[in-house]
Amino acid sequence: MTDMTSNASPDRARASELGPIQRFLKATEIDPRMLGMLGALLVIWIGLHIMSGGLFLTPRNLWNLSVQSSSVAIMATGMVLVIVMRNIDLSVGSVEGVVGMLMGFAQVHFLVRMMGLPLGDPWIWIIALAIGVAVGLLIGALQGFIIAYLDVPAFIVTLGGLLIWRGAAWWITSGQTIAPLDTTFQLMGGGPRGSIGATWSWVVGIVACLAVALMLINGRRQRKRFKFPLRPIWAEAFIGTVIGVFILGAVWIANSYPWPVGIVRRYAEENGIAIPEGGLFIAHGIAIPVLMAVAVGIVMTFIATRTRFGRYVFAIGGNPEAANLAGINTRWITMKVFMIMGVLAAISAAISSARLNSSTNSLGTLDELLVIAAAVIGGTSLAGGSGTIAGAMLGALLMQSLQSGMVLLGVDSPLQSIVVGAVLVVAVWLDTIYRKRV
Amino acid sequence: MEATRTPLVDMRNISIAFGGIRAVDDASVDLHTGEVVALLGHNGAGKSTLIKILSGAYKRDAGTIMVSGEEAAISNPRDAKKYGIETIYQTLALADNVDAAANLFLGRELRTGWGTLDDVAMEAEARKVMGRLNPRFQRFKEPVLKLSGGQRQSVAIARAILFNARILIMDEPTAALGPQETAQVGELVKQLKADGIGIFLISHDIHDVFDLADRVCVMKNGQVVGTARTSDVTKDEVLGMIILGKCPSGAIPGPGALKVAA
Repeated sequence: MTDMTSNASPDRARASELGPIQRFLKATEIDPRMLGMLGALLVIWIGLHIMSGGLFLTPRNLWNLSVQSSSVAIMATGMVLVIVMRNIDLSVGSVEGVVGMLMGFAQVHFLVRMMGLPLGDPWIWIIALAIGVAVGLLIGALQGFIIAYLDVPAFIVTLGGLLIWRGAAWWITSGQTIAPLDTTFQLMGGGPRGSIGATWSWVVGIVACLAVALMLINGRRQRKRFKFPLRPIWAEAFIGTVIGVFILGAVWIANSYPWPVGIVRRYAEENGIAIPEGGLFIAHGIAIPVLMAVAVGIVMTFIATRTRFGRYVFAIGGNPEAANLAGINTRWITMKVFMIMGVLAAISAAISSARLNSSTNSLGTLDELLVIAAAVIGGTSLAGGSGTIAGAMLGALLMQSLQSGMVLLGVDSPLQSIVVGAVLVVAVWLDTIYRKRV
Repeated sequence: MEATRTPLVDMRNISIAFGGIRAVDDASVDLHTGEVVALLGHNGAGKSTLIKILSGAYKRDAGTIMVSGEEAAISNPRDAKKYGIETIYQTLALADNVDAAANLFLGRELRTGWGTLDDVAMEAEARKVMGRLNPRFQRFKEPVLKLSGGQRQSVAIARAILFNARILIMDEPTAALGPQETAQVGELVKQLKADGIGIFLISHDIHDVFDLADRVCVMKNGQVVGTARTSDVTKDEVLGMIILGKCPSGAIPGPGALKVAA
């Protein structure tokens, strides 16, 4: 009977007045806005699938979509915190560019030619990535310091950064492209070898399902400890099942996309495997960049919702003066948010340069706008104080779906920009209406 | 309050200027345990500014602050809280986008053994303290923005008393409240006073505070006109102090008192 404590809630009396949908939402505590986003994504996917004559919802396209979205999704998680604090970061695309250049330079010239590491040394990728992350952190710290302690508006500082870091990216190699990159480093870009294969994908999927179940149980135990209203058991089971099905479904899709025939043949020759009649089916599994994006998403969600720092970021966004009067060091928090943004831009730079297998000085051009758009479409309010990491990542996926869907449909590239721009404006307009009604 | 006892708070010769304007000019005021001192004056008289110096929101240009007879170094809100000084601001200073528990513990979050936020424990504490102040309050999951004026006020008050304050500053605590809620705040002040907490009540309206206060301190143009025990002066005399700066015989005149030509 202990599970019946939810009936003690005084709000319960009014539950009978709600319609079935509201009652369902109330019991499961699902955010209706998140549901709306998922609905929009589904509509777009099905629409594109029909319009492209069945090309969109295929394992191959969905797998590619996940890889293409990961770079912007990673940066969008940081942009949420920046925008929640009523700031903006216009420099992320350029930071991505300069860090990508530096990492390319580090692995191809610095580590190999100057430090004398042999080509293909397994340490190269991690040293290059560490250098990139450190530089991203420093750039973020510098911009954050100017914004927080010298009181220059974030818009101006990062607008300057947009030009400065793009210029710096050009300057590193006088505009030359660096290619090819280290073979291990390339794995961060996805592709057949940059994926973890079928078996490991299932392992990841099952571990994720167990983690979700544990979290639900733990949350329930915590609430019981303090005798708070609990969700009905059916709602808990429903949420757990939906998330589990979703995770395993995603793994199944990733495992349904086989390696291309040419790569399978080469792999079979290298490992002395005979190719059976009808071809050898080797699944991609989850791509490494996607795993990185998911990991970043989990870490950032944890930071935003479970730590003091995250709480302060939201409190400052809600009322900077109140946060200050509560004794929060608002300047240091601001600076830290920009440092996180810099690190995330560096991780994105690793993924996108690895995917191209080259560092070019145009890497990440206009990404700042995609990142901001993803965060805003994902429900982050430009007025500050509200937004979710998961929403922003969904926003990134939505933008990427539109873009790659239009490529599949053969839409001209100027028209693509027009559609993406229009969708951004309409999405924010719809969100404004929603906020007014609630 | 006999003069021999060490006052809980003693602010001496405090001055602060913004640009060329001396918002507080050589003001002194003190407060004893279990005493309610009302700071009165027109809007812009400097009472909020004076008190924000005590709560650490502003840095004074000159003067000393003694807490329990020892000089206190207060240069930010965190310092003030260390001395047990809690403030309920006129604007309430709530982060509108987070819930009541998050606001109550803002800056002093409870954490689990892992260093993460212990939201459940904070909500439990919040339910306890809010249950005392406003038993009908149930909206713990909603952002403070969605609460009514009175509910927001009770969140702000709960935050101030949650951490065992010794000195409580209430800046226009009833400005946003209806008559019933105002009476509730009055009850609360009496209860806290009985617990031995020293309270500064700031108001521009004498009727709100005269019956609650043990003493009044009137400010005008950044200076203290005078201090008086409420038993020694009438409301009209205090009004005279507020409006004209005229110090009655029952009050101890300050530097801002009107000099009557002899």
